[in-house]
Amino acid sequence: MRWIWIDRILELVPGERLVAIKNISLAEEHLHDHFPVDSVEGLPAAPAMPGSLVIEGVAQTAGILVGHAENFRHKVILAKITKAVLNRDAVPGDTLRYTATIAQRMPQGAVTRGTIELLSPGFETERIGQVDLVFSHLDNNMGGVQFPEHNFVFGDSFKTVLRTSGVHVD
Amino acid sequence: MTRDEIFEKVRDLLVEALAVDEDEVTPEARLTVDLGAESIDFLDIKFQLEQTFGFQINEGELFPDNVTQDETFVHEGRVTPSGLAALKERLPHADFSSLGDNPEVTRVAEIFTVDALVRFCEAKLARE
Repeated sequence: MRWIWIDRILELVPGERLVAIKNISLAEEHLHDHFPVDSVEGLPAAPAMPGSLVIEGVAQTAGILVGHAENFRHKVILAKITKAVLNRDAVPGDTLRYTATIAQRMPQGAVTRGTIELLSPGFETERIGQVDLVFSHLDNNMGGVQFPEHNFVFGDSFKTVLRTSGVHVD
Repeated sequence: MTRDEIFEKVRDLLVEALAVDEDEVTPEARLTVDLGAESIDFLDIKFQLEQTFGFQINEGELFPDNVTQDETFVHEGRVTPSGLAALKERLPHADFSSLGDNPEVTRVAEIFTVDALVRFCEAKLARE
């Protein structure tokens, strides 16, 4: 499994806002374990996108926004989930739209806000959640701890989603 | 805004930021030892204070800016008397009473009590 939980970037206003979508497919292995048939209780399988991975999707959306703001010079690490509210499940066939905005950028990191919208065929788009995060610029915060020179945070999967979404990176 | 009102706002934002109970946020509670704040929480608290009170906090104004990594202020893992004097000058709101004269660097964050935050906000609001 590749650890990339957004499929495409729809909009990028550098240093301000990034909008990305995640399409949910029944081909994703984890949906078959979340949740499988419960033979004890007699319940059918109920595939639903895990809330933790929705948060990860928002974090990737916001993390790219924060990283892009300084041309991916910093190793941008998710440091804190300040707030996470998710009011509804997303299921196969649905699309989640994540909108991340930067509330504050500092030398040590950034504070972001994120909203989650559910685009479900046949239904009106609905805002279903909010995820506020704090990111850390790793090299500026660890008091002399050495990390590899190359930016291991923004690897090939991120570069691919940026490129296929038409976002130019130097 | 009265001191009590400032305290209430600070308490509410700490309850959210640190996921602690309201009754844990006493004036003398230290953010790290008593309320479990980690380094990244200080970034968050600074941001939340700005949002709540509508003022801007400059780098190093509320929390020390690399003083503890400055070799002239730290010797063998302890803050030197001159380092302590520099901290006291830069951070008049902080509570140094529990540290002693030659504290370990790792204990410096204990100067930030809930009351220190309230004093900081009070002074900041008074200047505006």
